[in-house]
Amino acid sequence: MLHLKDNAVSQKTVLSLNNISKYFGPLLANDAINLSLAEGEVLALLGENGAGKTTLMNILFGHYVADAGTVTAFDEELPPGKPRAAIDAGVGMVHQHFTLAENLTVLENITLGTEPLWGVRQYQSRALAKLNQLSTEFGLEVNPRALVRDLSVGEMQRVEILKALYRDARILIMDEPTAVLTPPEVDSLFATLRQLIKSGLAVIFISHKLGEVMAISDRVAVLRSGKVVLEAETQATSREALAEAMVGRKIPEPKRVPQDAGEALLSLDQVTVLGAHHKRLLDRASLTLHAGEIVGIAGVSGNGQAQLADLLSGLQTLAEGHMTLRDHGELKPNPAHMVKQGIGRIVEDRNGLGLIGDMTITENLASENYKSREFSRLGFLRFNALQRYARELIEAFDVRCPGISAQVRKLSGGNMQKLVLARVLSKEPMVILAHQPTWGLDVGATAYVHEQLLAARQRGAGILLISEDLDELLELSDRIQVIYHGQLSESLDPDNISLQELGLLMSGQQRSDSQAA
Amino acid sequence: MRLEPREHVSLLTLVAGPVLAVVAAMAICSLLIVWSGSSVLEAYALLFKGALGSRFAISETLTRTTVLIFTGLAAAVAFRAKLWNIGGEGQLYMGACAATMLGTGLLEWSAYLLIPTLFLAGALAGGLLLIVPTLLKTHLKVDEVVTTLLLNFIILLVVNYLVFGPWKDPMAMGWPQAAPIIDQGLLPPLLAKTRLHAGLLVALAFAIGTWVLMRFTVWGYEIRAVGANPKAAGFAGVPVNRTIIRTALISGGLAGMAGVCELIGLKGYLTLDLSPGFGYTGIVVAMLAGLNPLGVIFSSFFVAVVFNGADSMSRALSVSNYIAEVITAVSLLAVLVSMLLTRYRIKWK
Repeated sequence: MLHLKDNAVSQKTVLSLNNISKYFGPLLANDAINLSLAEGEVLALLGENGAGKTTLMNILFGHYVADAGTVTAFDEELPPGKPRAAIDAGVGMVHQHFTLAENLTVLENITLGTEPLWGVRQYQSRALAKLNQLSTEFGLEVNPRALVRDLSVGEMQRVEILKALYRDARILIMDEPTAVLTPPEVDSLFATLRQLIKSGLAVIFISHKLGEVMAISDRVAVLRSGKVVLEAETQATSREALAEAMVGRKIPEPKRVPQDAGEALLSLDQVTVLGAHHKRLLDRASLTLHAGEIVGIAGVSGNGQAQLADLLSGLQTLAEGHMTLRDHGELKPNPAHMVKQGIGRIVEDRNGLGLIGDMTITENLASENYKSREFSRLGFLRFNALQRYARELIEAFDVRCPGISAQVRKLSGGNMQKLVLARVLSKEPMVILAHQPTWGLDVGATAYVHEQLLAARQRGAGILLISEDLDELLELSDRIQVIYHGQLSESLDPDNISLQELGLLMSGQQRSDSQAA
Repeated sequence: MRLEPREHVSLLTLVAGPVLAVVAAMAICSLLIVWSGSSVLEAYALLFKGALGSRFAISETLTRTTVLIFTGLAAAVAFRAKLWNIGGEGQLYMGACAATMLGTGLLEWSAYLLIPTLFLAGALAGGLLLIVPTLLKTHLKVDEVVTTLLLNFIILLVVNYLVFGPWKDPMAMGWPQAAPIIDQGLLPPLLAKTRLHAGLLVALAFAIGTWVLMRFTVWGYEIRAVGANPKAAGFAGVPVNRTIIRTALISGGLAGMAGVCELIGLKGYLTLDLSPGFGYTGIVVAMLAGLNPLGVIFSSFFVAVVFNGADSMSRALSVSNYIAEVITAVSLLAVLVSMLLTRYRIKWK
């Protein structure tokens, strides 16, 4: 067999991608990519959004057909476009968004699609035995009889891994596996991965979190614009080098300079929000946002962050408590009111809520102030003013687009977020909600968002940063409050708390010592 | 086989798409003509001759275009806001009723005052009729497709009652029709010795006006935003419910004016056969135009050509005039496919 690249790891090569190219229209998504994977190693695949990682993995897994090149697994060429063949050859994939049927049990999910037509019961007991053996061998504990919908996110991921192992996967592809996990869950995932490679599996670990890549991988390959731009032993490289390779230039990570917080801008006082069946989605949560500070809200998704964000967006009515803005009194649950009060809102769901994909960049930039005298007169829109405004903003916020009349739907995630930032920050709001502002963004775009938020803080704005990215929270926040089951903890000092401690608080455990800031 | 989005769509593609779609539709329908035992070329030649072959034919086609522009605009505006107004037919009759009420002698004003008043009254009546299902939609989440559709039948029965009962014209020799509109209330003819009336100019003006409204005004912006993504529009502060209700008034108003136009331009008195489903055809017209108000002018003309031409074709050949409905239906499907293909290209693999 022909190998274009010499493999540094001495063990047997289990998978090789040879000269893979793939076009989408005129766009070259994969450009003659060569990669190989050895038995018992973790290869990290790094790259920004649109670098071609997902395309490459979809080709490997048979979802796409490459325009050129071949995939070889265990010395046999995989037929293109046949996921079944990839599975049979021992390739297993754990998707970022789980592919589990929530109304079935763990065992049913794992055996789904493998069970014979007849003798299901008998098959299930054999399956159970195999599953138990796998979970003890790799420390993947999960109750086979539990319904998937009752599991935590970490457990669901274990089920996904078990599903792949159950199908005798020897090569495991993990797409952004840590995106949804808390720090302790990440630790336990890494322990599992080490177990797996010890028993001879090979893992491709797709991520854009450099810290994790450094911690778990043996080798790392960086993709940029469809090409492999760097391939190295993990130990022989550094975070900085990887980041630079990913983006193609140096990324200065913005730093938070200490500054004193000013007067109180916004306060939530004993706020309760009720969901279905009178469930307390926010439970007597209190919080004060001062001028010139960033307050970070840490928590596992689904603990009330969405309600907190909706409150500030004007989409949520509160059942008890008060939400007050300095000098303006009680805030009303009405988006137009929030806009009028000058609250800048950067929401998590930029596609569905923040922007209108089918409308143009100009129309989206004006969506919060099209009625102002600047942009309309006697019921007619002032197109010249709107277009001038849009041109200024895409220039100032460096939005890459074909033009101001382009549909927003066609922009990349990073550019969409820049558009949101442009709309929100250009009005210089004093109170800013930033809910998962860098979700799904690449390194360059993330650094840009951080820079903008810090600049807003410096000019005296108070920012409520709700994020599931703990690195981001620790880097940007002046104070952190942990949200758990709708309750907000006291303020913590990000400089005096470890990831582990934060992780424990996020999973509902109290701090044993009293070193709260 | 896969669909890939096109990076750039040229103007040529945008225009060629619908034209080719119509050609394709006629090619498909030629199978039916062959099946009925006639010559395809002869049939289509007769169809176009019947619709456009003489001064009279053209005037008849334009007369039908006039009412379709109104009902087409009504659907185009509502659908742009994702308000699925299927009740154009009922709103049309509602408009005609309002004009009948005021125009048969109650107001004896000069034409310059009376005709606009009748249009206004018809628009209000049509708009108010659509307000009811719209409020049910915005406040109780009742599906407007069902309510607007069913309201059509209710309104038809009401008209039925009126022309057989209280509004029945004693001078009509027992025919179920209302009293005629007084002379000052009638639209002047455009062409001598034809049925073509000034309503066509009103319709064209409203098509342009609707285009301006949708494209250049705050209301148009709000309608498009609410239609494209109501959640995001609401989040940005667009008054979503108010916009939907406003859309309903405009859409229902346009459909109501279609009724007024037929009544005071063509028939002169209210009957049960004022509209052979113009309200429903308006939906097809709007879809063929891609909901563009200016496109409605062309698509309503096309539909009018097909319907008028098919009538005269079926008189000469053994092809049933139902072929008109088949051609428009197939054209609609073909245009929808062509709209997809102008945005995406097919990749075979």
